[in-house]
Amino acid sequence: MLSVVVFLPLAVAAVVLAVPALRGRAALGAWIAAASADLVLVAIMWIGYRGGLGYETRLRWIPTLNAGYHVGVDGLSLPLMALTAVLYLLCAIYSLRETTRVRAYAALFLFLETASLGLFAAQDLLLFFVFFDLSIVGMYFVIAGWGHGERARSALKFFLYTFVGSLALLLGFIGLYLGGEPHTFDLVDLTRKPPFAAAPGAAALVLLAVAAGLAVKTPTFPVHTWLPPAHTDAPAAGSAILAGILLKMGTYGFARVAMPVLPGAWQRYAWVVVAVGLVSVLYGALVALAQENLKRLIAYTSVNHMGYIVLALGAAGAAGGATGARELAVTGAVTQMVSHGLVTGALFLLSGVFWDRARAYDLGRYGGVAERAPVFARLTAVAAFASLGLPGLSGFIAEFQIFAGVIGTGLTGAVVAGALAVLGILITAALFLRLLHRVFLGRPGELTPLVSDVRGHELGAIAPLLVLSVLVGVVPRPLLALIEPASAAIVSFLTGR
Amino acid sequence: MDENALGLLPEILLLAGAVLGLAAGAFLPRERQGIVAWICGTALAAELAATVAASGGPPGMSFAAYAVDPPTHVARGVVGVATLAVVVLARGWARGHRREAEVYVLLLLAALGTILLAGSGDLLVLVPAYLLASVPAYALAGFGKDARGTEAALKYYLMGAFLGVLMLAGVTLLYGLSGTTAYLPMGERLPGAPGAAVACAAVLLLAGMLFKAGGVPAHFWVPDVTEGTSRVIATFVTTVPKIGAFVALYRVAAEIFPGVADRWSLIVAILATATMTLGNLAAFHQDNVRRLLAYSTVSQAGYLLVPVAVAAHGGLGRTAVLFYVAAYAVTNLGAFAVVVAAGRDTLAGYAGLARRSPGLALALVVCLLGLVGTPPTAVFVGKVLVLAAAWDGGYGWLAVVVVVNTAASVFYYLRWIVPVYWRAPADAGAGGGVGRVATGVACLAAVISVLLGCASGAVVTHG
Repeated sequence: MLSVVVFLPLAVAAVVLAVPALRGRAALGAWIAAASADLVLVAIMWIGYRGGLGYETRLRWIPTLNAGYHVGVDGLSLPLMALTAVLYLLCAIYSLRETTRVRAYAALFLFLETASLGLFAAQDLLLFFVFFDLSIVGMYFVIAGWGHGERARSALKFFLYTFVGSLALLLGFIGLYLGGEPHTFDLVDLTRKPPFAAAPGAAALVLLAVAAGLAVKTPTFPVHTWLPPAHTDAPAAGSAILAGILLKMGTYGFARVAMPVLPGAWQRYAWVVVAVGLVSVLYGALVALAQENLKRLIAYTSVNHMGYIVLALGAAGAAGGATGARELAVTGAVTQMVSHGLVTGALFLLSGVFWDRARAYDLGRYGGVAERAPVFARLTAVAAFASLGLPGLSGFIAEFQIFAGVIGTGLTGAVVAGALAVLGILITAALFLRLLHRVFLGRPGELTPLVSDVRGHELGAIAPLLVLSVLVGVVPRPLLALIEPASAAIVSFLTGR
Repeated sequence: MDENALGLLPEILLLAGAVLGLAAGAFLPRERQGIVAWICGTALAAELAATVAASGGPPGMSFAAYAVDPPTHVARGVVGVATLAVVVLARGWARGHRREAEVYVLLLLAALGTILLAGSGDLLVLVPAYLLASVPAYALAGFGKDARGTEAALKYYLMGAFLGVLMLAGVTLLYGLSGTTAYLPMGERLPGAPGAAVACAAVLLLAGMLFKAGGVPAHFWVPDVTEGTSRVIATFVTTVPKIGAFVALYRVAAEIFPGVADRWSLIVAILATATMTLGNLAAFHQDNVRRLLAYSTVSQAGYLLVPVAVAAHGGLGRTAVLFYVAAYAVTNLGAFAVVVAAGRDTLAGYAGLARRSPGLALALVVCLLGLVGTPPTAVFVGKVLVLAAAWDGGYGWLAVVVVVNTAASVFYYLRWIVPVYWRAPADAGAGGGVGRVATGVACLAAVISVLLGCASGAVVTHG
């Protein structure tokens, strides 16, 4: 069942490429059909999930290396898989008007969907790495092929940065493989019997390699510099996937690999992680405040939002904290991953509307858009409020849990870090209000006459994301009920039960 | 002692094919020389079938000098498949040539030499195998009789002859030190010999092996021959000899020098570092795809030297060498087949290839990303094995060097991918077609490279 979910998009991609009749709208139709089918399957999986590692498949792949095709879902991966299925479907709907090389475009996104779902389902380090790298390759082609501006340069920068990161990750994984007894790449086995329990030096080195690789992907300060150009020059749907799904691979990796497999090292260096997270929060927010380009602004708020997740995961690792608070921090981090995927996905799709109408992202050249495009303005306002964490929307639930968890650990350092990170919310609130004020209110700018209201396919793609964000904000229980056992499990790995 | 000649059936089949082909070529009229290609192809197919049949048997030695074991089977299989692909490619290039038959026969003889190189368990077999693998290749390099081809062949020959003499000196020295030429007894006796002399002999022996492998400092012929000779022959000389060279290097490392592993490992590790780094640096700004690929093969040779360095440690070394060499051969062959099919040598010539021939462009992307080591292609699995072998063998720093080099190599492979997709052809209209057969070979190689990666478990266990 899970393998079908993972590989269905890839199979459809192959069909789209192989059948010449599937061009133009037909290719898009196949894409939407495949993404819808996958969403239905993920929903069925969610309903049928009964705790633990569900829908497990374990096959031998490279027995010499003890690497297997091992997939399964738990409360950590299932929300992200659901997010993936939703976001890809909505990106397909958003791309209904796409006209350039549609077949390849659809096939590429389907390929990326398999890579994303596979990564969240992987329970084997080598399999995780395979999907991690495939996502980089796929996104490179999306940016280079369908982007705008200096797309070749941005795509190359993206590829080189994240590929170097992935190689550090690979080195770390090989370290874990050699540290495990017996040697294995299997995550479940490694989690059960963490490697390097008696060798803190080696564990620190391996954690450094793994964390460096994941930090590039997340991205955290100071390895975030690939993100703004990649976002600016990517097509809207590509940006939405990049921010909504691909960035999560980094933070998911921290929670899935780094914390359970290297619990000792994670606890020892938790304060470094907290510091990196805090700097990302503040730096991302401050730099976003100074941006004139809409997409760069959203990109830097992503650095800020990912910073909260890293901060929470770091604080959860800090030894001596209250267990309940640590679990809350992890739950908040996972909720933030889902929330950020929904909200930032919506924001990037909305920024695509600006590009579609006026071919520019410069905030200074718009103004008074609300009058010409009221629905567009309302959607953007909701997305902006969700992103800054207004109560009633998903961002609030996530960030509240993160702060409650971080400060609730009762450790002085965590309390200080949490208090400083709250400043980040203040800054993002300011910058989003400034954004709404400059673009949608006031006197019309030079490009404002070009901006027409959202069209059907755009509304159909963006509105569901915001509805889901509201839903998570108002009735978070079903989501949290899924995540909480998983975060309790992660914290129990850290504390050694 | 096993003197059962049937153990050498695959080699005998190749030799018979070569002799038959040569005889037939002498009598056939020019327009019907293609029959020789069929003869040679059949010989290769028969060799592959015999290899498959033999691969189930227990490992052993033939005539106490030739190993019939999994490494030899792998070399037989990979060399057979690669040469078969080159014969198919050569059919399109040599058709109607006055000496067409000779091409196939020389290819077959060079392939035979390569297999013997891989299987030799005695230095007195290694030396003639080296010559048999090299001499036909010199002739093939200069086959076109044009200025560049002749220069390439001359450079190739002089370098091979010089380094071959050094290797002979190394063989002599090793015989003097141990009193035997067979690998295994020599390995038992070497620890008692003077250390400096053993190191000296190792370096001399490596000279010849590195020439075949295309490793630094014996790599100077690689870019010149690859650029100067015809595209099909460039495919052959950068792919097939390496297979034999690395299996032979592994065997030498594991059987002759395990007793002096520390010294051997350090020498080879330094050579590996130099090979991959220089290969990558030189490839950076090449605008000629043949030179780019040539330097890429040099850097790949560097990665392949890593498991050779830690071969004595046991563990994953053998699997890593054998799998990587097979993965490399398939992927490199695919990339060169694209060059043969497209018939262009400059990066600019590949502008807009995706529009002219989407299948060929996709094959190129898969092969180039494969050479980078992107999952799930075969080279990725090879690279994981190499990294794990290096780290496990106590050479963690070498694993880091491999990773850094891999990251650097992405840059020049991407330089080739970019024009394929996102640049309009410079000479619209004069785009021209692509070779059908070569396109088929390239696509097949790309598919095999992905399948080999996905199904690597089965392959590795069997090997």
